[in-house]
Amino acid sequence: MFFDSDLLMSALRALTPILLAALGGALCERAGVFNIGLEGMMLMGCFTAVTTSWFTGSPWLGVLAAALAAAAYSLILAVGAVTLRGDAVVLGIAMNLLSVGLTSFLLRTVFGVQGTFDDPSLAGLPLIGGFSPLAYLAWAAVAVATLMLSRHVWGLRLRGVGEAPQAAATLGVSPAKYQYAAVLVSGVLCGLAGAQLALGNVTLFSENMTAGRGWIAVVAVMLGRALPLGVLLAALLFGLAEAAGFRLQGLGLPQQATDAAPYVVTLGALFLTTARRRRRTTPAGAVS
Amino acid sequence: MNRITGALRSPVTFSVLAGVIIGALFLVGTGADPFTAYGAVLSGSLGADGIGSTLTTVTSVLGLALALAIPLRAGLINLGGDGQLVLGGMAAAVTGLYAPLPAPLTVVLALLAGMAAGGGYAALAALCENHFGVPLLVSSLLLSYPASSLASYLARYPLKEPGSSLPQTRQLLDGVALPAFGSSTVTVGLLLVALAAAAYWFTDRRTAIGYEIRMTGLNSRFAAYAGVDRRGLTLRLMATSGALAGLVGAIGVLSFPYRFLDGALTAPGYTWTGLTAALLAGAAPLGTVLASFFFAVLQVGGLSMERTTEVPRELTQVLQAIVIVFLAARLRFPRGRLRKKAAV
Repeated sequence: MFFDSDLLMSALRALTPILLAALGGALCERAGVFNIGLEGMMLMGCFTAVTTSWFTGSPWLGVLAAALAAAAYSLILAVGAVTLRGDAVVLGIAMNLLSVGLTSFLLRTVFGVQGTFDDPSLAGLPLIGGFSPLAYLAWAAVAVATLMLSRHVWGLRLRGVGEAPQAAATLGVSPAKYQYAAVLVSGVLCGLAGAQLALGNVTLFSENMTAGRGWIAVVAVMLGRALPLGVLLAALLFGLAEAAGFRLQGLGLPQQATDAAPYVVTLGALFLTTARRRRRTTPAGAVS
Repeated sequence: MNRITGALRSPVTFSVLAGVIIGALFLVGTGADPFTAYGAVLSGSLGADGIGSTLTTVTSVLGLALALAIPLRAGLINLGGDGQLVLGGMAAAVTGLYAPLPAPLTVVLALLAGMAAGGGYAALAALCENHFGVPLLVSSLLLSYPASSLASYLARYPLKEPGSSLPQTRQLLDGVALPAFGSSTVTVGLLLVALAAAAYWFTDRRTAIGYEIRMTGLNSRFAAYAGVDRRGLTLRLMATSGALAGLVGAIGVLSFPYRFLDGALTAPGYTWTGLTAALLAGAAPLGTVLASFFFAVLQVGGLSMERTTEVPRELTQVLQAIVIVFLAARLRFPRGRLRKKAAV
């Protein structure tokens, strides 16, 4: 059978890094910072997780270090876009480029290898019930983010900052403070996403191993309209596409077809939702 | 005099200097002498042994930098260069292998096929934005992945060279190649790209459409009010952009090793280097040429730096990104439209 519990399990495993990163992106979106640096932050997380786990022997310290390193890295976006009012799009692209160069450079200076660092004694994350602990954390984060944004005063202020920064400032809420917090939290979440990718899904680091997942997360934010639950559904869609791709590969489809599947599915979903949303919001015949 | 002080004070100078200084700190950190290392970068790329390689790299970097600069001038970012490049290369390879024409005509046809494939695919991303409201940034990037997968599939299965262990097509017939200068790897492709740069400069400075593009980039709402057809402009700019990326792919296939080798076009990262160059220059034509040359020098010189100081060549990639990080904090590209589309 094609759709069975195995497929669902592998879909759920594939979605974890996307979900963590996309939740961070959703918070930034709500605070009015367009964050397309998710991919770069994740990659920094991957490298730090593997390096720390290798030198300390503890994957947990690896996870912690990944969260801290990616948060520190996210400061580039916070300082550049919030304080200096630079262009968030260009900054995000530059951060993605910088992380590819920096991690490849460090891979060669620290481990002396090119391409992939893979060692049997590198400690990965344990599995609990078939999932890494970070997967459970990701689902908990969906619940926390939902409650925060809809119930807690911080979440309401964050949304206020994103929707009407001047009005928020008049009420004594500092937009910059909330935007910094959102970017830093997205850094932490991307760091965890990277740790999951490098120590949970597999146990190795290879150059550019995020391979567009950060961009899928950016799309998941758009698809899910920056709502935590919406983002979860979008990430699930991606996870299913990836898992179905692997399954089809097992049935003899070439690897290239299955590699492309998640991107095609994501793009298709983006078409359908934006086209429908548009039809609903623009009256017939109106020029949009 | 004022122009000189103005240029020295500009954020571009600041960013490049900051990049070079941070790069020097990295070098010191790894125990290398920055002067030796930077010296090796310059002598390795501009010396007699390296200049040919630099000019070959300039061909690809400048081609893609122009491809990305042209829409960027109007505030549009095309992130799908890799897909357009690869499809252009594949179209040129197929034409080169199967066109039943004399060799010189086949070369021309292969170049045109590459441009058509790249341009058509980029236009698809523009249609996604125009008709479905998917932001160009995202649609162009996401479309890039299936294109790369398709080309990779073709090179590995239906078009694979029989008996070869590499994922590559057969070699093009004798004569189906761009003429090279002397015994170097520099081909007529460099002239084609230089011609494209000149055409871009002329359009930007001297024509009404160039003015419309710049106006849209400075203030898209004002431009729309003044009667610029935004959708049509997006479509035309993206088609031109993709055609240039496709041309670079075709040039790559019609130069050594005269075939489509999976990954060979994208592995050096020309798309991202080109984007960095276009961003550094603020998409201005002459600036894009200078920035492309600067990054080609870095990329080629990085190899000789690696040989003399054992510092990994990836450092030059770090340097490029740092320059843009510094610059981005000062530069403003029009983003109102993008944000509105992306906002949820």
